[in-house]
Amino acid sequence: MAEAGAVAALEGVEVDYPGRGRALGPIDFSLAAGEIVALVGPSGCGKSTALRLLAGLEPPTRGQVRRAAGRGETAVVFQSPTLAPWLSAAANVALPLELAGVGGGEARTRAAEALRRVGLAGAEQARPAQLSGGMAMRASLARALVTSPKVLLLDEPFAALDEITRRQLADDVLALWAAERPAIVFVTHNVEEAVYMAGRVVVMTPGPGRIAGELPVEGPAPRPPGFRTTEAFRHTAEQLSELLRSGMEAGR
Amino acid sequence: MRRALLIAAPIVFVAIILAAWELACRALAVPAYFLPTPSAIVLALVDNAPLLFVSAWRTLSSALMAFAITGVLASLAALGAASARVAEASFRPIAILLQVTPIIALAPLFQIWAGIDHPDHAVVALACVAAFFPMYSGALAGLGAVDPELERLFDLYGATGWQRLSRLKLPSAVPQALEGFKVGLGLALVGAVIGEMEASGGGQEGLAWRILEASHRMEIARSFAAVAALALMAGVLHAAFQALERRLIRWWRGR
Repeated sequence: MAEAGAVAALEGVEVDYPGRGRALGPIDFSLAAGEIVALVGPSGCGKSTALRLLAGLEPPTRGQVRRAAGRGETAVVFQSPTLAPWLSAAANVALPLELAGVGGGEARTRAAEALRRVGLAGAEQARPAQLSGGMAMRASLARALVTSPKVLLLDEPFAALDEITRRQLADDVLALWAAERPAIVFVTHNVEEAVYMAGRVVVMTPGPGRIAGELPVEGPAPRPPGFRTTEAFRHTAEQLSELLRSGMEAGR
Repeated sequence: MRRALLIAAPIVFVAIILAAWELACRALAVPAYFLPTPSAIVLALVDNAPLLFVSAWRTLSSALMAFAITGVLASLAALGAASARVAEASFRPIAILLQVTPIIALAPLFQIWAGIDHPDHAVVALACVAAFFPMYSGALAGLGAVDPELERLFDLYGATGWQRLSRLKLPSAVPQALEGFKVGLGLALVGAVIGEMEASGGGQEGLAWRILEASHRMEIARSFAAVAALALMAGVLHAAFQALERRLIRWWRGR
């Protein structure tokens, strides 16, 4: 059940898709203000569906979705950067503000500031096609952060990037989180990434996705250098792998 | 080296065909009223250049006028169809009928509707009908070609209908609409020529009339010259639009 003070919660939620049957649930999930939760599970377990429910982009078939965040206070970063090719990086980042009615000048100023925070100062006029995969993802992140959201939903945002870039971006996301502390839900199927990013990891069973269990991750955030080599990290990752495995078997 | 070969190859190929044509006509003594030699056609082209130029402009301006009119109408129809499924369903049979009916079958009717006083209206109208379908379906396909995740983003931030149209659908439509407009431009020229043929003069002395007039007088070289002028004009028009399209797409894509 949802605790008081949750910024978003799923209560007894089930999602059925016509022709595909049950995709998710029943599932109970609650997101507290300022926490980072990783949703881990095999492909097709309904992680992305859960994220869309939390974003309010899709209604559940049964159960309730509670969202404390208002319009513009929830941001989503998709697996692909999803930038409009005909707009400059700055115009892409300014888009959420302009859709909310913020004036052009102020929107551009705030967009430039958001780009600077993700390390893209100077790339304001670049088009998405001129950005590398990692840079485009940063621009997408800047667009999500430009409205200072209370809830940030990340749907396998680094899946298409190389290892070095994804590690760098993981640290950047944690640093950005430290500045404004939005609640983050991070969907991934990478165990190490989940442990590195999150303070709490929720494991899901194969479709229809249910919660197989959850695991707290000890340690400071943002992560100190060498965190991946610590005993605690390795141990948690092992435990998580075990949980995933038993979840897979239970799902059969 | 390879590049030079690829550029030279079609030129050489055409030159071989023309040379064979020239030699065959001379060797077999084919009468000029049946099949003139390429050199005679070039001569006719040069001799009639001023007249052909005026006629070409007449045809071209009809086609361009139709292209502009149809551009507006097809875009409006596509916008309507994209915003309401019932509108799309209503337009579909007519759009398809316009597409599958040979334009030449409509020409006499249009000539009657335009009357003796305005044969030019029939020419432009036929060109409009010929160009409509590809322009409409290109614009409609473009309006439907929205990145679904980008659309979700607009949902997330509660975009209004107008914001969705002006900031998402219209810009997304650009590449496919341009493709449809390119086909439409070529067909507008086809429609204009058919309209001129049906008008048989009547003040509509475009290139089609020059072809008919020369054929009736058995001046086959002049007829060929008018055909060559028409083909040349169509080619230049296509290349010009292609260049414009490429520039616009490069701007749209950002590289």
